[in-house]
Amino acid sequence: MKNIDLIIIGSGAAGMAAAIEAKKNGIDDILILEKDNCLGGILNQCIHNGFGLTEFKEELTGPEYLSRFVEQVKQLNIPYKLNAQVIDLSKDKIVTYSSKEDGLVSLKAKAIIMATGCYERTAGAIMLPGDRCSGIITAGTAQRYLNINGMMVGKRVVILGSGDIGLIMARRLTLEGAKVLCVSEIMPYSNGLNRNIQQCLVDFDIPLYLSRTVSKVVGKNRLEKVVLSAVDKNLQIIPGTEMEFECDTLILSVGLIPYISLLNYIDCPISSTKGAVVNQYMETMIDGIFTCGNCLHVHDVVDFVSDEARLAGRSAALYLNNMIKKNGKIALKPGNGLSYVLPQFILEDSLEDIIIKFRVRQPVTDQVVMVKSGDTVLIKVIKPVLIPSEMVMIKLSKEKLVDAKEEIVVSLEAR
Amino acid sequence: MKELTCIICPRGCRLKIDDQMNVTGNSCPRGPKYAIAELTNPTRTITSSIRVTNRPYTLVSVKTDKPIPKDKMFDVMKEIDKLSIAAPTHIGQIVKENILGLDSNIIITKNID
Repeated sequence: MKNIDLIIIGSGAAGMAAAIEAKKNGIDDILILEKDNCLGGILNQCIHNGFGLTEFKEELTGPEYLSRFVEQVKQLNIPYKLNAQVIDLSKDKIVTYSSKEDGLVSLKAKAIIMATGCYERTAGAIMLPGDRCSGIITAGTAQRYLNINGMMVGKRVVILGSGDIGLIMARRLTLEGAKVLCVSEIMPYSNGLNRNIQQCLVDFDIPLYLSRTVSKVVGKNRLEKVVLSAVDKNLQIIPGTEMEFECDTLILSVGLIPYISLLNYIDCPISSTKGAVVNQYMETMIDGIFTCGNCLHVHDVVDFVSDEARLAGRSAALYLNNMIKKNGKIALKPGNGLSYVLPQFILEDSLEDIIIKFRVRQPVTDQVVMVKSGDTVLIKVIKPVLIPSEMVMIKLSKEKLVDAKEEIVVSLEAR
Repeated sequence: MKELTCIICPRGCRLKIDDQMNVTGNSCPRGPKYAIAELTNPTRTITSSIRVTNRPYTLVSVKTDKPIPKDKMFDVMKEIDKLSIAAPTHIGQIVKENILGLDSNIIITKNID
């Protein structure tokens, strides 16, 4: 079996950035495995603009953003394999992939970076009530059909879920000639960016119904009608509030879930983000297996994915040079108001400052973010506005770790 | 007094513009610039994809290299629908110059070898 220092699974925004950073940190024996026929992952189908404002200080489309990384991968001669689907992973870091060109191949890695991205929740996952007809499709699939394959998915469209992909598809389908009747959101607020509500819905007079969800889909073969109902505080449907829409397509933009089936094969501990439990180096609980990007937690902006992936790439290089010390560890936990916090634990002997990432449970204003270990306050930051769709990052300097005698809790306090 | 959501970056600031065109609520200098343009001559960047003639089932993504007036979005889309190109393509390559005389070119946004 061939040995390789570092295998990176996935060549999207995360995989390429991780590979480039590992290479720049002295790791030469790298292999990127990509299941698709080109590098870049999901960015290939995100042809809209708005990427790269943090990373490159300019506004790029998805393909433009990814091409900057492809150029570097090629310049640095980082080896990659396309059409190579990883089908197995073992605890001792044997990666097995299948490809038309090579057949079934097993490779032994010293370190692995998982950069497999995320997948979409489907009609089944949300137990969509009503008929099982054609014309019900996830937003990402509709995006791929339209932008990569050049196929329209429908003429009269209802969109369920107001996440960014749903909003982007509302605009894209409208510009391509479809009639988007409305976007329905079960929560009392949208999880999409404000700018997307403006430029994807308001620009085209597409109504956004909050606190409303699909209570029934009707269709014998193709979808014929979608019924929306209002929901109460507990997200339960309120009878008598039905609105009917005659349409041929229902697009679902109802959430993304980290894609970690390979990590499940090796019993890797998983957190509430549905990605792996990690330390500050983005290393999972399995020694030498790192993870980053949307397979760790779903990000709102691709620029943050690239940044996180660089940390994973740098860390893999440190690991391969035996620089990561695993003497003691401190747990990091989400307290009042937080839905999750990353990393879940911190190795005490840290080489770098620690970037703490978290999301709030619901929109709040005038908060103080407290990072405490017992009664010791490590960080205190004032935040005027916090919303669930915006990931928050704060830096904990490595010197402060000496003051952390017990588990660290990140919580919100009203000002 | 008018209120707008800034669309320049993902932050999406809520901008307030008074009758003298004074802008508040912005977090950076691009906010006021956007607000004034949005109230006088609103523009948008269009992105789409076109056929690659010498590759089976292949599309290549394109965009307007300068924003075009908001009320011309559908006209520009109709023009983009008529376009196609032969591979190889490279980012920045002009497919259609000065589309509809709007001082904006349709350019390629994806490299195809």
